[in-house]
This record gives sequence, structure tokens and C-alpha cells, in this order.
Amino acid sequence: MKKLMIGNEAIARGAWESGVKVVCSYPGTPSTEITEFCAKYPEMNCQWAPNEKVAVETSFGAAMAGARALSCMKHVGVNVAADPLFTAAYTGVNAGLVIAAADDPFMHSSQNEQDTRMIARSAHIPVLEPADSQECLEFTKLAFDLSEQYDTPVFLRLTTRLAHSRSPVEAGERKEKPLREYEKNPGKYVMMPGMARKRHLAVEAREKKMTLDADSMPVNRVEMRDKKLGVVCAGVVYQYVREALPDASVLKLGLSYPLPEQMIRSFAAQVDQLVVVEELEPVFERDIRNMGIRVSGKDKTGLQGELSAAKVRQLFGGGAPVPQEPALTGRPPALCPGCPHRATFFAMKKLNLTVFGDIGCYTLSALPPIGMMDSTLCMGASVGMAFGAEKARGKEFSRKTVAVLGDSTFIHSGITPLIDAVYGGASTTTVILDNRITGMTGHQQNPASGKNILGEPAPQLNLEALCEAIGATVRVCDPHDLKQFTQILKEETQADHVSVVIARRPCVLLDKRKKEPCHIDACHNCGACMKLGCPALIKTEKGVVIDRTLCVGCGLCKQVCPFNAIQGGEA
Amino acid sequence: MKKTNIIIVGVGGQGILLTSKILGYLALDMGEGVKVSEVHGMSQRGGSVITHVRIGDDVHSPLVDPGEADYVLSFEMLEALRAEYFLREGGVLISNTQQILPMPVITGSAQYPDKMPETKNAVLLDALSLAEEAGSARAVNIVLLGVLARFMEWPQEKWESAIEACVPPKTLETNLRAFRAGLKG
Ligand SMILES: Cc1ncc(C[n+]2csc(CCOP(=O)(O)OP(=O)(O)O)c2C)c(N)n1
Repeated sequence: MKKLMIGNEAIARGAWESGVKVVCSYPGTPSTEITEFCAKYPEMNCQWAPNEKVAVETSFGAAMAGARALSCMKHVGVNVAADPLFTAAYTGVNAGLVIAAADDPFMHSSQNEQDTRMIARSAHIPVLEPADSQECLEFTKLAFDLSEQYDTPVFLRLTTRLAHSRSPVEAGERKEKPLREYEKNPGKYVMMPGMARKRHLAVEAREKKMTLDADSMPVNRVEMRDKKLGVVCAGVVYQYVREALPDASVLKLGLSYPLPEQMIRSFAAQVDQLVVVEELEPVFERDIRNMGIRVSGKDKTGLQGELSAAKVRQLFGGGAPVPQEPALTGRPPALCPGCPHRATFFAMKKLNLTVFGDIGCYTLSALPPIGMMDSTLCMGASVGMAFGAEKARGKEFSRKTVAVLGDSTFIHSGITPLIDAVYGGASTTTVILDNRITGMTGHQQNPASGKNILGEPAPQLNLEALCEAIGATVRVCDPHDLKQFTQILKEETQADHVSVVIARRPCVLLDKRKKEPCHIDACHNCGACMKLGCPALIKTEKGVVIDRTLCVGCGLCKQVCPFNAIQGGEA
Repeated sequence: MKKTNIIIVGVGGQGILLTSKILGYLALDMGEGVKVSEVHGMSQRGGSVITHVRIGDDVHSPLVDPGEADYVLSFEMLEALRAEYFLREGGVLISNTQQILPMPVITGSAQYPDKMPETKNAVLLDALSLAEEAGSARAVNIVLLGVLARFMEWPQEKWESAIEACVPPKTLETNLRAFRAGLKG
């Protein structure tokens, strides 16, 4: 019987059916659920790696050693994993290696709109692009077959609307894949110049062959209808095109790199006008134009955001005008009531610090009323940026500056810049928001949380020992002890050494202790607690009231009320 | 079945994804084609959340376009106002009358809009009270699903078995009471 699956679940199923043995990933919306669904199949060894580079290296090791392996990540994760990937394209694989990379047009949950198809082209790695959940399953299986057949890693490229859309899937059974022979082969796997030069030729030859074969791959297909308009598209965009332009002829690309050149030529010759409809970069359009074919696309669609059936209809001059969303008060996301990050940033605000921020739930503290983040670039950037600012503006500036990042983000990319700061004689202060979980992406375990992906006990990374070994002065404090935490922060920002302040308190969503909500008597309406930006505190003309359905009784507002008007909650 | 487009909106944490999952499950069980589009991640930290459900043969896009929704199911008033533009001529708005204040209103930098939906076909109800009567404030989503069931032609037992298949077993009784409360009106 068919089952409704999100694209990510279907990919996990496809991996399982393909006989995959190893899955190693780092979370990132919209890719995270693939690995979480994989973990439900006991036949696959699944792990959250500290970052995408380690994830791909682990999967590559598994593939080289003979087992099919999968790594999943969001588009920016591919940047982190680019180093092993670009050279894995030279060495090739032994058993299949697939990288599921999820792009996020419109940046529903991302910091940029980069296009994995571009990276794939510069890395010379083939790309498959499914268009619904059934194809997610089938293309995953195909990706492993192609990986082995052409001896290359293969990208499975998704977008948010595919990863997080449900459609019916007919699932199959697992085909066990016996381990492939492992043979020592330095000419193939030791990429020093002499060997790499030969392998680079192999990459070129492989790509030429695949380009020719692409013309007869069933995942690329022409649907001839009215010949006035021919549309080239892939992925979920194919669905928008079918809905908006039911009469148009369509070339649907399943293998979106390398492109099936002869198929495109003959399609172009049969239609009056050839148009590419694609989100993000004009990748197909440029490739097709480089073949010397007349084509258009981005003059209509632009580089930014998502398409939809309505947009495609409009771009081609059809359909009624589309109603616009009314301009109403927005509802931006906010830190949860009881979130430990709130106290940390409140203390920084009190000390009037410059904050080099990072990526995680805590990035929400950039929004009013907290408004305490000066920068967010990429995971782990805060630590190096604070050191760079000190180099530019001197130690005096460093005394009013902190770098702030979460536990998962620190492990991902914050350790090496901390080593650099100590080595370079910096006096920076780094605050690690140790909420014992990877919060933003929906509660994944990490090496500091003491559990593995299945929730079983695992060796726990000792953050303070690590930072001390690096040579930093380490202080640990619960930020909900607001007074002490502020004092520590003051001392360490003033100090002339590299310090790490570990703000340790579990994510409120993990805290199962039942606490009485807080309540306010005789509010003076001074507004002190409103600076916390807690969704449970509501300003009225008669004073602040506490929404008892939202309050978790963390008691932070009690600590900031100058009139002791708030009672209840945590002591 | 003729193509049916449903938009579900509310505030992160109100059980919107579960609601679209139940609808999807039910449509498939009824032998219909179906696509559901969700957004996970950033928007779930108390922000506006929207999911799209499209039912019928020949559904390609997983997204409902503005002006093409047959139903907007809203768990909160501001979100109902925000999503109304998705309705087609004659489409139906079903909304909980509860107001959940967004951060700009909480801090006093913006006002909660003082207006009613413009849709003629609107069912506005205090789903929170009905959910609490059924046993849990968290069952607002299932109360509203019950209201939607009044408009759709599927038999009650099919709805209830879809709920059973999707909710945690411990909450089943409460959810069934909530569904029946919404269905009965
Ligand atoms: C290279 C890269 N990989 C993954 C992500 C997705 N991502 C954003 S924040 C985050 C984790 C944040 O966890 P943590 O640092 O522990 O902070 P928390 O959200 O728990 O406060 C992840 C995985 C990303 N933005 N960039």
C-alpha cells in the first residue's frame, strides 16, 4: 500500500532499500529528517558527525572500504564538506557514495540562497534531482547505482518544497549489498600530484561518457505537447510548470548534471521557443546557451526566492492577478519562554557588549527587544571574527566584546579559531551557550550531549577540559544565576587572556521538571521585565501580566523585577 | 473527487503539522491523490506557520496558490486575517477565535489588528474552550478538523481512524472527543 511520505523520509527509505550501511550527516534544515528517518532502520549505522566535512570523510571512508554510504546536509553544509568532496571526485569511490544536499530557495531557514548545482559543476560531481517523494526514493537508489557504475560520488539535490512535502510513495524491500572487495590502490586513492594528474584525466573521461549516456537515461524525458513553447525544468519546478502550463512541451531533467546535450538539441529544434524555468541560479540556461542554443529564462524568473504555479503562470502572461498577502503585524519567531539563551543575552546587554554572534536558536536574540547581536555569518565564525576585530581595534575594544555560539556550533567550527586566538596572544572572550543539544534544527544529539542519535548513552565531550587544553581560561555558570553570570562575564571580558565562559543550562524543552508559573502582584509597570522579550510577559495599561499557559516558571523575570513584584516559579 | 485545496495556519507549537498529516493520511486512505507541503525549522519557534494540503487527481504542485483555497483552517485570529487572501471566491474560512499576541504586540511596538475577517463564509468558534472541555487545550487542532469534516463528504469513521493512526495513543480519547465537539458544532 502507498504511504504518504515527506521527501526526506522517502530518501531514507531509498537508502535503506539500496543496501546502505553507513549514514553520517550533520543536521541542517531542510535536510535533517533524512538522517533521523535513516536511524529508524537498524541495518544502517547512523551518526551525527560534528560537522559536514567529518560526515563526508566518514562516508567516503566507508565507501572506499566497500560499504554504500550516505551523507546529508543543507546547502551551506556542502561548503564545509567541499574539501573532501572536490578530491573524492578525483579518486572515485568503491561502493556507492551519495551526498543529499538540500537547497533552501527563499531562505525559509538559511543564511543564503546558494545553488548546489553550481558547486556540483565546479567539483565535477553528477547531480540527480527528484520532483516528488516517489522520485526521492527511486532517485536515491539510482544515485547509488550511478555512483558505482561511474565510480564517482553523486549529489542528490533537494529543495525545501521537496524535502518537506508529502506525496504518496510505493516502497520496496531492502536489497543487501555484500561488502565490495577492498584493495590497496595508491594510484587511485593517494592524491599527490603525480597520481592526481592521472585521476583528473579520469574525471574528464567519466564526465564525457556520462554526458553521452545522459541522452538515454530514462530519468531525463521529453513530454511533447504543443510545440509553440518548450520548457526545460527539474525538481519541484517541474510540478509548477505542469500545473501552470498544462499544454507546454516539457523536457524534465532528472540528471541535472551533466546535461543530456543531444536530447536538449533535438527538443530545442522541435519547439518554437525554448525557455528554462529554474529557481536560483541560471544554471541550465547558461549550460544550454553554451551549447549554442537560443534560450531564455532568468529574464523572467530572477535569481531570488521560490517559484510556484501561480508565478509561472504569470511569467507566461496567463492567469488572473494573484491576490497579495495583506500587510499585518508580523509574527517573527522568538526564543521560547524559559530559554536559557535569554538570560545570557540579557547579561550582555547590561554590560553593553559588542556581540559577534553565530547560528542557532540564539540568533533570534538579534531581534527586538533583546537586539543583542552584531553579526551572524556562518557556523563558528564568531570566534575568529572577535579575534579579527581585536587585531583591528586593539585590546580595549576586546574588553567590551564577546563571541557567542552554541555547543553544537562550537564543536562544528569553533574549536580551531579558539586555538588560533590562544596561539595569537588574543584576549578575546568566547561564550559557549551549552544547552546540551542542537536546538535550532529540532533537538539532535551532539558529542557534548552524552547521547547518540538513538538517544542511547555515548561518551560525552568535556567542553571545559577541551578549552583548558587549548589554553583558554574557562569559567562555567548557569546563566539563570543572573548576578553571578554577569559578574563572570564582566571579569572575563576585562581580562587580558583568552577566556571561555560556558553558559550551562539545558534547553527548556528538555527540562521535564514541572514548575509553577510565575505571577505578578502590584506591578509598577516599569518595563524592566519586558526587556527580556519573553512571550509569556504581556504589557497592558494596568501593568504586565503573565500568560500562565505559556509561562514555564523559569523565574528569570523575578530576578530582573526591581520591585519584587513577581512570585512563583523556580526558586 | 474534485480538486480540494486547504491551507492550515497558526502559531508554531499549535499542532499544525500534525493536522496536515492527518488530512493527508485520510485523503490517501480515501483513495485520493494528495500532496502536503510543510515548513519545518526556523518558523516553528513561535512564528507563523502554514501548511498546504492539495487533494484530488492530477495535483502537481504541492503549494496552494493565493486565491485558490477552498478552505482556510486557522488556529488563531491574526493568522486567519493573514491567510484569508488564499481563499477563492466562495471559499470557507474556519478559525479559532483565540488571539495569541506576537512579540511586536507584546512589547508594545505594534497593535493586534482590530478587525474581523472579510470572508462571507466564515465559521468562527472558540475552539480553545471546546478543546479544554474535551480534555486538553492542545486539542484545538482536532476541534477545527472536526469543523472541516462538516464540509467534506468523507464518513466520520474514516476521519476518526485517520486521527487514531496519527496521534499518540495516550491522547486518542481526548482527540476523538475534540473531533466530535468540532463536528457537532
Ligand atoms: C554549515 C551549516 N550546517 C548546518 C547549519 C544548520 N544549523 C543552523 S544552527 C544549527 C545548530 C545550532 O545548535 P547549537 O549551536 O547547539 O545552538 P542552539 O540552537 O541549540 O541554541 C544548525 C545545525 C548551518 N546553518 N550551517
